[in-house]
Amino acid sequence: MISALYAILFWVATVLLVVGLAMKIRKYARTPAPLKIPTTPAPTTRTGVVLRMFREVIFFESLFKSNKWIWLFGWAFHMGMWLVLIRHIRYFQWDVSWWVSLAQPFGTYASFAMLFGLLGLWARRFLVERIRYISNPSDHLMLALLVLIVGSGMMMRFVVHTDIIQVKAFMLGLMRLRIETLPTDPILLVHLGAVAALMIIFPISKLLHAPGVFFSPSRNQVDNPREVRHIAPWAKKLES
Amino acid sequence: MAADGDDLPKMAHPLEIPKLKCGAMEGLAPFIAAPEHQEPLGYPGELVENWKEVALAKMKELAEKNRAFQVYLDACVKCGACTDKCHYFLGTGDPKNMPVARQDLLRSVYRRYFTFAGKYFPSLVGARDLTEEVLDEWYSYYHQCSECRRCSVFCPYGIDTAEITMAAREIMDAVGKGQKYSNEIIGKVKVVGNNLGLNEKALGATLEDLEEEIEEDTGVSVRLPLDEKGADILLVTPSADFFAEPHIDGLIGYAKVFHEAGVSWTISSYASEAANFGLFIGSYENMREIALRIRKAAEDLGVKRIIFGECGHAWRVAYSFLNTLAGPFDFLDPKYPVPQHILEFTWNEIQKGTLKFDKSQNDHIRLTYHDSCNVARASRMGDEPGGQFEIPRNVIKAVCNHYFDMDRETTHESTLCCGGGGGLLTDDLMELRKKGASPRMTALQQVTEDHGVTHMAAICAICKTQFSKVMPAYGYEMDSIVSVHQLVSNAIILTGQDGAEEDETEAAEEA
Repeated sequence: MISALYAILFWVATVLLVVGLAMKIRKYARTPAPLKIPTTPAPTTRTGVVLRMFREVIFFESLFKSNKWIWLFGWAFHMGMWLVLIRHIRYFQWDVSWWVSLAQPFGTYASFAMLFGLLGLWARRFLVERIRYISNPSDHLMLALLVLIVGSGMMMRFVVHTDIIQVKAFMLGLMRLRIETLPTDPILLVHLGAVAALMIIFPISKLLHAPGVFFSPSRNQVDNPREVRHIAPWAKKLES
Repeated sequence: MAADGDDLPKMAHPLEIPKLKCGAMEGLAPFIAAPEHQEPLGYPGELVENWKEVALAKMKELAEKNRAFQVYLDACVKCGACTDKCHYFLGTGDPKNMPVARQDLLRSVYRRYFTFAGKYFPSLVGARDLTEEVLDEWYSYYHQCSECRRCSVFCPYGIDTAEITMAAREIMDAVGKGQKYSNEIIGKVKVVGNNLGLNEKALGATLEDLEEEIEEDTGVSVRLPLDEKGADILLVTPSADFFAEPHIDGLIGYAKVFHEAGVSWTISSYASEAANFGLFIGSYENMREIALRIRKAAEDLGVKRIIFGECGHAWRVAYSFLNTLAGPFDFLDPKYPVPQHILEFTWNEIQKGTLKFDKSQNDHIRLTYHDSCNVARASRMGDEPGGQFEIPRNVIKAVCNHYFDMDRETTHESTLCCGGGGGLLTDDLMELRKKGASPRMTALQQVTEDHGVTHMAAICAICKTQFSKVMPAYGYEMDSIVSVHQLVSNAIILTGQDGAEEDETEAAEEA
């Protein structure tokens, strides 16, 4: 019963995540940028822009310039998250790839970095007057949800182990549209439920910053307006 | 209402973060445009009856036409990185002047009507209905943003509050609630050709006066041609250069540089304005219409190149947008970028060795340089990124012996707005202008203390006007703000000039 419920939940969540995100990305991609507005100094070549974007998404360059605390917490959380996500790939592969195995030890301890980052960011929402002012209930709930996911995951990894072989069987089953039995440890159910919730709200929340950053004209445009004429289709129509 | 000396914030350093003062700038609003200011721009004369529907329809349209607006509305995570980056926040402490909070005034409405979460869980995500109070709040706080882009430098997603402000102003224009200052000026450009409403005759007389003045000063006849067909260069400069101090001294500087470089140039009476306030109100159509005047002038006069004078937002529109709005410029000489900045021209001539200077003519000045926001963060000069910082400084150092930079966190791409940009250079916003200038003024006071700096140079007509107005409140003379080409003008030695070096005069006599 629980297995079926969670299976359906994950299928629905996956569809909502993929379709929702695809629709958003399509919208961003199709909406024209009528003017050249890179924040300068900006790269004058496409390669330069790729490098700028790389520094932005890997090192959080602008955030580093802006505020060292937010950078420290935000960067620790995101980089920890990537390692943890890579580690989790093992639950979706019959034969675990070498690089997933390689990430295994880092991936387990990266959860501490995630938790550290999240708690730091959350503390700022209470302690810094300016950030308290701009925080909405949803900003707190998002952090609560992430802490719940990380906390429950760490519990299972370091304190109360679940039957991970069975969990893997369940996940592999989902990928083949079969419902295998899911262990019913409460912590596991909380962990998976929270992850599904995160997947569902991804395309309708501020998590859109993830695809959004790649479409930000102030960061992804080449600084070459004198050399190359940039014109949006709707603006072109004004000329006829 | 106007801030006097007591009311201005005392800052220990330029970026000191104030305590939040909720409501400190609430209700401050510039004069609303009258029907005669609105209608020539294609906007309704006064608030339309179904303004709410019109506003929401406009918001939807903008989100579909402008990727920046759409992405920036969605992507903000409220991390707070921008909260201490706005000079108006630093100067007023009003939390709604924090960039993210300013964006949220509009984002909250966007969420309410256009997102799932905002439609069904408004209080959870801070979504709210569009009401008359909200519209008034927009009018107030979207006219407390100078569109300077400082926040966009520091945002991890590059969210630029200027884009949100421009959209908000466009929405307000569409419902008939425009700002008098900007819209009246745009109307004047469309009819007369410049922001001042200076007609061809008056302009011609002004330029003749300047020619006489230069000849009196130097003994050399330097021309300031108007509407001269067949000239090589069309100079497009902010109309403040024709009458205001210290702008006009900059114009004299351009004329002397052109004279010494031996090029033929002209000003156009039809496009006698570099400024383009269409940018400030976020109107592509109005911006385009103004930009097309420059193209037409260039075609009619048959010039080969277009050069822009010292003006910040004008250089943004010129450098970043002119090719888009009024291009392609394939009828001009392909050897030169279109358009060029006067500083690119002057720096090039300096490198070629065409210009001779007596730097000691600026020895009474101990100088610093204010990077204007639109030049710093929305454009470039020269071939390399960052040329917009190097070229003005190179020119200054070529003509001036005593130069000192301000705190690096307040210059280059991190420069602080003068407090009067983005369509706020109007007396009805004087309190905001004075307070918004305080971070920059504090940085200036630091170099005055450390290095005895007496003057600050700028390359933006708005900066120059704003500073000459607000500097007295911070203990400086009005004329402590100078044009970069004013310094060039002071130091340049014209060929055959009175009092030029002996051997030169002799050489001239012998010839």
